[in-house]
Amino acid sequence: MSQFTSAFWDVYVGLISIISIIACAVFLKVQSVRKTAEADTSGHVWDEDLTEYNNPLPRWWAWLFYITIAFSLGYLVLYPGLGSYGGTLGWTQLGQLEEETQAANSRFGPVYEKFAAQDVATLAKAPEALAIGQKLFLNHCSQCHASDGRGSRGFPNLADKDWLWGGTPEAIKTSITDGRAGVMPPLGAAVGGDEGATNVAHYVLKLAGRTHEGLRAVNGESKFKTVCAACHGPEGSGNPQLGAPNLTDDIWLHGGGQSAIIETILKGRSSQMPAHKDILSPAKIHLLTAYVHSLSRGGAPPGK
Amino acid sequence: MAQPSLVLTNTRKSNQAAPPDGVGGGAAAVVETELYAADQKIYPRAVSGWFAAWRWALVWATQLAFYGGAWLTWNDRQAILFDIVDRKFFIFGLVFWPQDIIYLAVLLIIAALSLFLFTAVAGRLWCGYACPQTVYTEIFMWLERVIEGDRLRRMKLDRGGLSARKIGLKAAKHAAWIALALWTGFTFVGYVTPIRELWGEVMTLSTGPWETFWVLFYGFATYGNAGWMREQVCIYMCPYARFQSAMFDRDTLIITYDRERGEPRGGRARRADAAALGLGHCVDCDICVQVCPTGIDIRDGLQYQCIGCAACVDGCDHVMDKMGYPRGLIRYSTQNAMEQRLTGTQMMAHMFRARVLVYTGIVWAVIIATAIGLYARVPLKVDVIRDRAAIAREVEGGQIENIYRLQIMNTAETRRVFDIHVEGPPSLQVASEARVELDATASRMVPVRVRLAPGAAQPGTHRIEFVVSAVGVEGVAVREKSVFIVR
Repeated sequence: MSQFTSAFWDVYVGLISIISIIACAVFLKVQSVRKTAEADTSGHVWDEDLTEYNNPLPRWWAWLFYITIAFSLGYLVLYPGLGSYGGTLGWTQLGQLEEETQAANSRFGPVYEKFAAQDVATLAKAPEALAIGQKLFLNHCSQCHASDGRGSRGFPNLADKDWLWGGTPEAIKTSITDGRAGVMPPLGAAVGGDEGATNVAHYVLKLAGRTHEGLRAVNGESKFKTVCAACHGPEGSGNPQLGAPNLTDDIWLHGGGQSAIIETILKGRSSQMPAHKDILSPAKIHLLTAYVHSLSRGGAPPGK
Repeated sequence: MAQPSLVLTNTRKSNQAAPPDGVGGGAAAVVETELYAADQKIYPRAVSGWFAAWRWALVWATQLAFYGGAWLTWNDRQAILFDIVDRKFFIFGLVFWPQDIIYLAVLLIIAALSLFLFTAVAGRLWCGYACPQTVYTEIFMWLERVIEGDRLRRMKLDRGGLSARKIGLKAAKHAAWIALALWTGFTFVGYVTPIRELWGEVMTLSTGPWETFWVLFYGFATYGNAGWMREQVCIYMCPYARFQSAMFDRDTLIITYDRERGEPRGGRARRADAAALGLGHCVDCDICVQVCPTGIDIRDGLQYQCIGCAACVDGCDHVMDKMGYPRGLIRYSTQNAMEQRLTGTQMMAHMFRARVLVYTGIVWAVIIATAIGLYARVPLKVDVIRDRAAIAREVEGGQIENIYRLQIMNTAETRRVFDIHVEGPPSLQVASEARVELDATASRMVPVRVRLAPGAAQPGTHRIEFVVSAVGVEGVAVREKSVFIVR
C-alpha cells in the first residue's frame, strides 16, 4: 500500500473501518430492544396516533447480522483492508495473478511442449498445431499484419514468398522473438534533391518492371548504384541481413507509385517489429513460427 | 391508539400456548419490547382433501420432472444439460448458446407475467402448490409424519425428555431428510455435470471440488429450508410473498372464512341445533389453525403469512361433513363476493375483468412469439468483425481488398459445410477459401478476404452483406451486415 503519502492516512482509514464495525454491533444491540409505553407495540408513531404492533423477527435474523460483523473482523485480520496492514494470509493481487498464471501454464504447458519437440516444417502441416498457431496469430499479430497475415501498407505481407528478413524458420523465429527494426534513411541530399530522387524513383520503377520514363531511369541508375546499392545491392535485389527489401519483385511495403517511392527516398522510412520474447513463451513462438511459415507455403491463395 | 390496519396485525398464533398478553398493562408503565424473538415451532396437522390432492399431484409432477429429467437421453447425450464450462445449454432438441440469452429473458418474462396472472385470479397459487419451498416442505413433512407421527405425537415427543426412543426417531428422521437432501443436491449438479458421469464420480469419491461444494450446498439448503426453516422462508425471506399481496384486487380468489355464516363460533354437540343455540357454523374446533403450515388463524381474515395452500379449506370441509353442515365455511372466495353476497357464477364472471384479460393476452402473445421464434430458429450464427488494421489494400491488378473475421458458429448437432458469399457493389466477391467445414456445435474464426474490381465503386464506405449458408441444407442461412471500404 504505497498510494498513501503519509502513514496518517493508513491509520485514519483503518480507524474509520474498525469504529464503523463496532458501531454497527452496538447499534444492533441497542436497537434490539425498545422501551415503549404500551406492550407489544414497536414504539413507532405516525400521523400523531397511528402505532404499529410489534411483529418480532426471528432471533436468527439478528444473528445473521452478528455473523456478518464477525466475518468482517475476520476478513480484516486475514486480508489486506486496514490501511497498510497486509493481513496474516499475505494475499496480494499480484500474487494471485502469478498463482493463476502458473496454474494456467502447468495446465496448458503439456499441449505446447508436445509441439515444441517437433520441427517447424512438420508443424506447418499439422492442422492441430496450425489451429493453435492461428489463434495466437489473431491475438498477437493480426493488429498489424491483418487477420489473414497479408498485412497492409507499412506492415509486410507474410503470405507471399517475399521476405524482408528471410523466410527460413530460424529467421522467422528470430523476427518474432527479438523483433526487427527496418530503417531507410532520408537520402534527398545524397541523390541530389527532388530531381535526383525522381530519377532514382524511375530507375526503381524500371527494376520492378513498372512503367517508367526511360531517360530519368538512365539518369537515376548511377545514383542508385552509388547510394542505394549499399543496402539494396547493385541489382536492387535487397539484403535480408539488413531487412532491405528486394526492389525487383513489384512487392511494395510503403507503396509502389511514383510519388510514394519519391517520398520514401526523400524522407526515409522506419518500421518496427516489436520483440515478443517477454510476451510469449518459446513454445508459443515456436507454434507461431510454424503458422507464419505455413502461410506462404500453403497452396496458391484462392482467388488468384 | 388507532386500530392498526389488518396487514400489520400480529395474528400469528402459537400452537403451544397463547402469547403472553401485555406485560405491564398499567398506566404509564414503560415496557421493554424485544424486536427479535425466538421462533416458535409449528406442528402442522396432516390434512387430506381436494386441495391437498392437488398439491400432491404437483409435488409428483414437479419432482418426477426434476429427479427424473436429468436421466433422460437425447441425441446420444443428456437430454437436459446446462454445460456451463462449454457455455452450451441442451434442452432436448434445442441447443442454446450464450447469444441466445434473449430466450432466458423471455422465459423470465413469461414466468413473471404468469405469476401476475395467477395471482390476480386466485392469489398465491404458486406459493400454495408449486413453489419448491412448499413442495420440499411437503415431502419433508411427510417423512417426518411417517417417522415421528402426526401433530400431537410430534408435540409430545418434543416436550418429552431425552430417551432412547426419542434419539432413535430423531436420528431416523434426520437421516431420511439428509439422504433426500443429498440426492436433491446430486440431481441439481447432475444438470450441470452429466449425471451419469457424476454418479461414477460419486461412487468412487472423485467428484471435483466445485461439484462437491454444490452437491453439499444445495443439499444443505434443501435440508435447512424444508426441514428447519419452512414457513420462516415464506414469512421473513421471500420477496415474492410480499409483492404478490400487492397484486390482489377485490375480485381475487383468496382463502376466506365466511364470517357471516360462521359467527358466533362455539362448540356444540353434533346433534345440537345451531340456530337454537344462537351459534354460527364454526364449531371452533381449531382444525384450521392446526393444519396451517404458517401457524395463522384464517378466521382473522387475510394475512400476509397466508401462502394460499388451502389446507384449512380441506380441514374445515371434513369437520363440516361430520357436523352435517354444507362445505365451504372456509373456501376460495373474493372480497367483493363476500361483501356483495355474489353467487358462485357471479363471482366467476368477475374473473373476466380487464386486468386478467390483459395479463392473459400478454402472456399468450409472448408465448406464441417465443414458440414461433424457436421454431424459425436457424442453427447457425455468424458474427462479422472488420479488420481495423488493414482498412483497404490494393492487390494485384488494382483490385481493392478488405479483410473480415467471420465467427461462424454451427449450433446444429451435426457436422456441416458452409458457403461464404458476399453481396454488395458489382464484382464484389470472396477471394479466400469460401467453404468451411464445422464440427457439430463447434465455432470457428475464419479470416475472409473480399475483393472488388478496380473502379467498380466510388471511394468511401459501401454497405455489404455476408451470406453464410449450409451446403445441402435448405433454410440454414444467415445474413450479416458489414461495410466495404474503398480508398
